[in-house]
Amino acid sequence: MPRSERVVENLNAALHRVFAEDESAYLIGEDLADPYGGAFKVGKGLSTKYPGRVLSTPLSESGFVGVANGLALTGNTVFAEIMFGDFAFLAFDQLCNFAAKSVSMYGSRQELRMVVRCPVGGHRGYGPTHSQAVQKHFMGVPNLALYELTPFHDSADVFAEMVGRGEPCIHFEDKTLYGTRRWTEGTDDLFEFGFAGARREYGTAQPRVGSGDADCVIIATGGTAPLALQAARKLFLEAETVCRLVVPSRLYPLDLSPVEGMLARARRIVVVEEGVAGGTWGADVAQEIYERMWESLSGRVRLVHSDSSVIPSAAHLEREVLVQAEDIEKTVREALAR
Amino acid sequence: MLDASTTTAPRVAGPAEPADDDLELLLLIRHFELSLLDLFSAGKLNGTTHTCLGQEHVPVALGPLLGEGDYVFSNHRGHGHYLARFRDPEGLLAEIMGRQGAVCDGVGGSQHILRGRYLSTGVQGESLPVAVGTGLHLKRHEPGSLALVHIGDGTWGEGSVYEALNMAQLWRVPVVVAVENNGIAQSTPAALQMAGSIEGRVTGMGIAYRRIESCDVHDIRTAVEADVEQVRATNRPLVLEFSVPRVGPHSKGDDTRTQEELADARSRDWYEVYGRRFPEGFARADARLRERVSQVTRDVDARPLSEWRDACLAPSA
Repeated sequence: MPRSERVVENLNAALHRVFAEDESAYLIGEDLADPYGGAFKVGKGLSTKYPGRVLSTPLSESGFVGVANGLALTGNTVFAEIMFGDFAFLAFDQLCNFAAKSVSMYGSRQELRMVVRCPVGGHRGYGPTHSQAVQKHFMGVPNLALYELTPFHDSADVFAEMVGRGEPCIHFEDKTLYGTRRWTEGTDDLFEFGFAGARREYGTAQPRVGSGDADCVIIATGGTAPLALQAARKLFLEAETVCRLVVPSRLYPLDLSPVEGMLARARRIVVVEEGVAGGTWGADVAQEIYERMWESLSGRVRLVHSDSSVIPSAAHLEREVLVQAEDIEKTVREALAR
Repeated sequence: MLDASTTTAPRVAGPAEPADDDLELLLLIRHFELSLLDLFSAGKLNGTTHTCLGQEHVPVALGPLLGEGDYVFSNHRGHGHYLARFRDPEGLLAEIMGRQGAVCDGVGGSQHILRGRYLSTGVQGESLPVAVGTGLHLKRHEPGSLALVHIGDGTWGEGSVYEALNMAQLWRVPVVVAVENNGIAQSTPAALQMAGSIEGRVTGMGIAYRRIESCDVHDIRTAVEADVEQVRATNRPLVLEFSVPRVGPHSKGDDTRTQEELADARSRDWYEVYGRRFPEGFARADARLRERVSQVTRDVDARPLSEWRDACLAPSA
């Protein structure tokens, strides 16, 4: 795989492109002004180049998502940044009761071009209120589409797709990905990287030699994709197990059709996410798989997620709670053993 | 400038005879609301509704101060706001009754209406930050236009109000907040739900504020006209606090106030005040509008059910 740009650089470039091409684009959130450029630097340079369209706000998640709603209502393209995804709960009313419902509750479709970006997830020692993978809490809201940053996808494409929906979207961004390098199409020593779906809905990775059907398809969210790849490499090297990794750009509404054939032919299916147990995204994916291909399945879908727990601060405790590559590996081994 | 200052509208000896147009509109709203309560009693309305009985003069007074480019954000008690802007009792009643001709196909109902630059929604305080975003857009693209938000006294318990006012003042956003303070939040008197005062909270942020006691639409207009023009000229937000009586229940049959409290509310009702002062002209207009609303009600009640024509909504996955 050729050396590629870092994920955060790709995100930053994608935002710059939106701003250059769309004069109605806004970025709103806390601490966005240069030289800071946002807590994770995703918005760097924007406030210098487009001073009137980057709004660095008071600590007011509900308020500034509401302001984003007003800007979207009047026809602008709005990106809002929640500093830590956990804080998105403060804006739940504006997101669900206003943004999502406004698309349809006035009888005819009201277009809103709005993307709320949420850095999520643990492994950084930030503790219980700054580490949660909050995706599942926003599942199933009509007209609120959920996307997640992946190492595969070019954020410029994903941003264009979200804006094009004309309805509010949340873009979850696993903090551990920001500093890593993107996975570009091609091959490394063991794996081949590509996409499935006409619109590249899913990133895929599989062993170069495993051209036949996979022993196991691992469906993993963007943030857990590196862990799943790590597990897949180990399984291939140690046990010659062929795992095919499938990583969706969009979590909800879920559309499995681009990977349906691959899933139907797999011996086992494992779904991985970082969110904690209970009401998980994976449970929804499993149910969708059962609905679509119950007859052809050769085993139940296995779910991997974090423990039902707050996310502790201390590294050794956090590690116990969060999904690790070993958990994925163990689940695949167990699934194939039966 | 009345920035950060406290000003009370001048007290007048008594209201002047209202202009025909104002009186028509006041009575249209009054009889519309009374008709809704009748329809409820007759079991003809689904869900709930909140009438603005006693508060009709606020949107009627502010109406002529607004231009077509201005946005109006309304709340759960919004029938008067809608009628003052559009004078469309048929469309509103059809919306509330789920009949053909409904403004939003009956999906939104009493509390959720979008028509042009008018939007209502049913969660307290939610519209204020949205109005700030709207105001930012107007400031950039249509300077001189503003966003007007109607809220109640109970709304001041919501944190969104302060987040929005803070940003509006920080960023100089042309937003006017019309507070209809009827002294009671559903069943809870203001004294049990508000520490301090609206004035203290608003002026603490340096935001222009004016209190209006009068229920006379001409007096109100005279008192606030220059303030509203200042918002257009300077992009500074403004809070207008109207002391109003809530003559009816919160929604329907849920009034827990004493007879004395209700009598006090009625004595401050523009309907009583105008009726006492100008009995003849008032009685004629009152009878005319009662009959008009009665016709509208019969007409809408007889219509077929509304259809949700655009129920699709989500782009295909």
